[in-house]
Amino acid sequence: MKNENKVSTYENPFLPEPARIVRTYHLTEDVKFFQVRIADMEKALSFKYKIGQFAMISVLGAGEAPFSISSTPSRPGLLEFCIRKTGIVTEAIFRLKENDMIGIRGPYGNGFPVEQMRGNDILITMGGLGAAPLRSVLLYCLDNRDQFGRVILLHGAKKPSEMLLREEFLSLKQRQDLECHLSVDKDDTGNWTENTGVVTTLFPKIENLVPSSTYALVCGPPVMYKFVLKELLKLNIPKDQILMTLERRMKCGVGKCGHCAIDYIYTCLDGPVFTYWDVIHMRELI
Amino acid sequence: MKIVKLKKENLFPFLEEISKEADLWAPTKVESDRHKFQAIDDLDQIDIEYTRTILPPRKIILPPTINMFQASDKEYKEDFSHVSKKIIFGIHPCDLHGLLIMDNFFTHEFYDPYYMESRKNTLLLGHSCWPDENCLCKSTRTHIIKEGYDLFFSKIDDTYIVWIGSSKGDDLIRAKEDLFEEDISDKDIKKYTEWGDERDKAFQTEINFDSLRDLMELKYDDPLWKKVGNACLACGSCTNVCPTCNCYNIQDRPVLGENYSEIKRCWDACTLENYSEVAGGENFREKRSDRLKLWYTHKFQVYITEYGKPGCVGCGRCISTCPVDINVKTVGKSLDGEKVDSFWNRLDKEVTK
Repeated sequence: MKNENKVSTYENPFLPEPARIVRTYHLTEDVKFFQVRIADMEKALSFKYKIGQFAMISVLGAGEAPFSISSTPSRPGLLEFCIRKTGIVTEAIFRLKENDMIGIRGPYGNGFPVEQMRGNDILITMGGLGAAPLRSVLLYCLDNRDQFGRVILLHGAKKPSEMLLREEFLSLKQRQDLECHLSVDKDDTGNWTENTGVVTTLFPKIENLVPSSTYALVCGPPVMYKFVLKELLKLNIPKDQILMTLERRMKCGVGKCGHCAIDYIYTCLDGPVFTYWDVIHMRELI
Repeated sequence: MKIVKLKKENLFPFLEEISKEADLWAPTKVESDRHKFQAIDDLDQIDIEYTRTILPPRKIILPPTINMFQASDKEYKEDFSHVSKKIIFGIHPCDLHGLLIMDNFFTHEFYDPYYMESRKNTLLLGHSCWPDENCLCKSTRTHIIKEGYDLFFSKIDDTYIVWIGSSKGDDLIRAKEDLFEEDISDKDIKKYTEWGDERDKAFQTEINFDSLRDLMELKYDDPLWKKVGNACLACGSCTNVCPTCNCYNIQDRPVLGENYSEIKRCWDACTLENYSEVAGGENFREKRSDRLKLWYTHKFQVYITEYGKPGCVGCGRCISTCPVDINVKTVGKSLDGEKVDSFWNRLDKEVTK
């Protein structure tokens, strides 16, 4: 009986699903876009996720890391990610080409509270790589346009060449049912026709906002939060209707490895989406 | 509950019998007053008169490093080679409580097969104990245990009162039924309760865990944390020896000369510097004091809120392990407003930020 190796009879939550890279191209110098499809067709279609959730992506020999899903569940089958080259795993991902395989498991996290958001106005403020999780929300709102009130997008980048999904967002300006405002801190091209200035300079462009029926979603570099939150509070948006999605170190995604612990919660289970009230209420969030 | 009696001289014959079915683990002496749980080849290795082992018994269920997968381009082969039939003999009540917390944690929301498959194949045989000056289990109410073991041996003079806690525990007794006696006499009961009263009196340290939950909130910015952080060596020892610490890291290690990787899972510690560091270099808990606050929030506050009990089981390992006296006793008492003589309190010079 000794040394009997029993194989688990349970679903192993750590087992990644093989997935193929369908398309990949550079968005900016250090951010690439990846469109992937889970190899098992049935599993690809049944991969149900919510906006704001994330997935663990693994590259054999390099490791595994968490990434926001940038695609929308309203377009099932393909998963999209905006990935910045910043560590061991992302460097390995950058070396991959179309048709190469990666591992995927998930989705994880709480995601945005779509049910509560329905019927309300949606104000999305993104900066830099913050576009990765919030693009999912934007596309979801546009795909289900009748379920939401006004949809307002404020997008900021350092300069035009660093604006993620620049062409995609510029083309969205055509839409009558989206208030799309783009801004760069500095125009180094000379042919930028949109706003110039930090993302908060876009706030005066929002007219007649009804704060009590507005959900404000924010994601961007740490420095951005302080200033954007100030603007949102000035607009009188309730603290529990200001939603942000946060980054933490995660190794498991299922609330076991401990790395993403904040106070009594785990970011991978109870986050990564938090309200501004959570942030005031719980220490260490931002 | 079913209770039987075992004469001291019948203990080894019983252990001999049951170790035919599984690997027997028990406390052995390492040096003068240090003990560890070890796989037993020869029953004479067992030293049951121990106070605490260096590492808690969770190391037997989930060893410091395990392989999760052997992964190649073709497949991820699950590796459960750490799972085997085991019997751990001699676990004290505090450590049984520690394992109950781990069981709870590893089945909460997501089921962790690497812990649970191993846990399900392990039988726990508890043993009564006598406190030393570092035992805090009376304060955490973990000095007594009513669940979470298969058998529990209470030693009274030359006899064991054996509490049968599970169906599997009952099977063990049946395997060598003739060694046990059924009837517990009034004299035995009297001896047992007297022993219990004496043991209760033997506890030398008490901490008010009820107030610590609120004190963690109220004193979050207390200068105490700066002092503690200043002295902390960030060695992770408190975490490795704690029976309720569960954190781990996952690493992908390509095997040289082969075409596969081993996906390894190894213990991690929230007190180590890079614990909360993400790719790109952002570290959410760069300061040692911030990392210690997380550790103590989990021991003093979180589990009380979640499960009604503190995350500390009072085993005293952090007290006997931390080289600079940062432990539940000194930190807990300081939070409670007591003057505490400890290295970090005596340290009058600032080491680093």
